[in-house]
Amino acid sequence: MSKTLFEKVWDSHIVDSVESGQEILYIDRHFIHEVTSPQAFDGIRRRGTGLFRKNRIVATADHNVPTKDQHLPIKDLLSKLQVDTLIQNCDDFDIELYGLGHPYQGIVHVIGPELGITKPGMTIVCGDSHTSTHGAFGAIAFGIGTSQVEQVMATQCLLLERPKTMRITINGNLADGVSSKDIILYIISKLGTAGGTGYFVEYAGSAITALSMEARMTICNMSIEMGARGGMIAPDEITYDYVKGREFSPKGDSFDKAICHWNTLYSDEDAQFDKEYAFEAEEIPPMITYGTNPGMGIGISDKIPKSNSESFKKSLKYMGLEMDMSLLGKRIDHVFIGSCTNSRIEDLRIVADYVKGKQKAEHVKAMIVPGSKQVEKQAEEEGIHEVLKEAGFELREPGCSACLGMNEDKIPEGEYCISTSNRNFEGRQGPGARTMLVSPLTAAIIAIEGKIVDTRNFVNEVVTA
Amino acid sequence: MEKFNTLTSTVIPLPNEDVDTDQIIPARFLKSTTRQGFGENLFKDWRFDSDRKMKDGFILNDPSYSGSILVAGKNFGCGSSREHAAWALYDYGFRAIISSYFADIFKGNALNNGLLPVQVSDDFLEIIFELVESEKNTELKIDLVDQQLSIPGTIYSEKFNISAYKKTCLLNGYDDIDYLISKKSQIEQFEQTHIEF
Repeated sequence: MSKTLFEKVWDSHIVDSVESGQEILYIDRHFIHEVTSPQAFDGIRRRGTGLFRKNRIVATADHNVPTKDQHLPIKDLLSKLQVDTLIQNCDDFDIELYGLGHPYQGIVHVIGPELGITKPGMTIVCGDSHTSTHGAFGAIAFGIGTSQVEQVMATQCLLLERPKTMRITINGNLADGVSSKDIILYIISKLGTAGGTGYFVEYAGSAITALSMEARMTICNMSIEMGARGGMIAPDEITYDYVKGREFSPKGDSFDKAICHWNTLYSDEDAQFDKEYAFEAEEIPPMITYGTNPGMGIGISDKIPKSNSESFKKSLKYMGLEMDMSLLGKRIDHVFIGSCTNSRIEDLRIVADYVKGKQKAEHVKAMIVPGSKQVEKQAEEEGIHEVLKEAGFELREPGCSACLGMNEDKIPEGEYCISTSNRNFEGRQGPGARTMLVSPLTAAIIAIEGKIVDTRNFVNEVVTA
Repeated sequence: MEKFNTLTSTVIPLPNEDVDTDQIIPARFLKSTTRQGFGENLFKDWRFDSDRKMKDGFILNDPSYSGSILVAGKNFGCGSSREHAAWALYDYGFRAIISSYFADIFKGNALNNGLLPVQVSDDFLEIIFELVESEKNTELKIDLVDQQLSIPGTIYSEKFNISAYKKTCLLNGYDDIDYLISKKSQIEQFEQTHIEF
C-alpha cells in the first residue's frame, strides 16, 4: 500500500494500538531543557520508575540563560535555581548535558542537527513546540507538554492519536531577497494560525528541495505557528551531505547502510494526503507581520488588511497600527536576530554579507544571538563577528534570548522590534513589546536603514557584493 | 489527577480569539521548578499593568463574573507547548474550558491535568456569549459521561467529542503514564526489532 513520508516513519515506530484508537509511539530521541523538565523529573522520583532509556535523552540549557557573561554565575536567582536544577537532575539520572560552558551548548533545535543527533526517519520529541524544526531531516518531530516529558522518561513512548496528513507544495523559483522564512510566513498568512491544527505537514516541490538544510529547518520550525503538530521534508542528497561527518552521525559502512534506509523515506507517488495546498514560489514577496499572531503577515510593501473582527482590532491597537496603512517608512528601534528559527551560521552569513562595510542606523539597537557555541565559534573563524561588530551590532552568547523574553533580553513597552524569531504574540519579547517577524536579510536591511523599507530595492547590493 | 464527572458552574466569558499560551502565562513566570502557584500569574499582563495595578475592563478583574468554567473564543491555547498554561488555569480555579477550537498541544496538556477542554460549534459558542452577556449568573452544565454541554433552564444543549480513552482517564483520574508503564514488556519487545540508523 502506498504511504506518505509521515506514515512510513510513524508506522515504523508503533509499539501497539489501543482499542480507543490511540497508538503507542516509540520515541528515538528526547531533548530536554531547563524550563519544561524539572516537574517531569519530580514525577519520575515520586513514582520511583527511574529513566527507561537514559541514553536516548540529551539535555541543554537554553531558554532561561543569560546571553552576556555566561562564564559568571547567573544573577537572577530563580533562573539560576532552574538551571542548577537541570544540572542536578542530569547528574542524578546520568543524562548527557550540554550546559553553560560546554562547547556544544545552544538552542536545543540548533544543536540537535549540528551535532548529527537529528537524523532522517527518527521520532524526536522535546518539551518545546518548535521541536518541529527537526522534521527538515524527514523525522517526525514535535513538541510535548511536561506530563508527556515524564511519560517519555518513564517509558520512551507516548500515547497519541494519529494526526491527519497535509502536503504543501511550492514549485518555482524564489525572487531575489526572498528566503525560506518568507515562504513559511507566506504559508501561515494564507492558512491562518489554526489552518494546520490536527495535521502533520509535509513540504514538497522544487522551491523546497532547492533549499539548504538550514533553510528547510526554518520552514519546519514554524509549522506549529499554523497549528500543525509538525512539518517534514523528505531527505535527499542535501540532507545526507549535511548529516555526514557530524559528531554523532553514523560513520563508514553504517552511514552507507543508513542512506539505503533513508532513500526509502519519501511519499509514494499515489499516496493520499488528507489535505493538499500548492503555492507558486514566484508569488512570495519578502514578508513582515503587522499583528499579534504569525498569521497576520503581509508582503513588506502591502497595506494592512481590513477586518471587522474584534480580535483583529485589538491586535492592531496593541501594535499601534491601523487598517489599510502601509508599514513602509515606519521607524524601528530594535532588531533581534536569533532564535531556533534563524540563528544558524547561514543566517549570520546572510546578515554579515549585507551589513559588511555599512553602519546600522544610529537609533537602532541591533542584537545578534547565535544559536549555539558551535555557531558562535564558526562565526569567529569566518570573521563574521568582526563584520557585525564593525556595523554596530551587539553580539551575544547562545540562548533563546529575546525570542521569548524569559531572561533579561527584553524589548521595552510600546517599542517596535524587527525580529527573526517565530512569534509576535502580545508581550512575547517583553511586556508591551511590539514584534514584527521577518527574514534575516530583511532584518539586516532594516537595521541599516532604521525604518521599514521595501527590501527588494536593496537586494541588488547583495547580488553585486 | 483529579476525577472529572459533571460540573455545573457560572462562567467567565473571554471572547478573544487565538488566545496564546504566552497570554495565559507569560514566559518570565516559567522559572518555577514545581507545578504549583502558577494561578497568580494567569493572564498576568491582561490583569495587571506594569505598576502591578489591576487593569479595568479585563474580565477576570470584574467581580461580577465568577465560576470554574472559562468560555473562550476560537483557537484557544495556540503557541508554546508550556504545560504551565494548563497548570495556571487549573491553579486559578478553572476545571473546564469551552471554545469552538483548541490548539493541539494545549488540548493534550489540559487533558493530562484534569482540565476538560470542551469543543462546541461556533453557533453554540455565540449563544453562550450572548446569554452570559445578558445574564451574568447563567450556569452551564458539563456532563462528561453523556458528553453533553447544556444550559440549565433553557432549550440549549450540545454534544461534544472526546476520545474514549481520554474520557475513561478523566472519569477515573488515570494518567497516560500508568497505562504506558503497564506496557513496558511490550515496549522492550518492540526495541528488539527496532532499528535506528
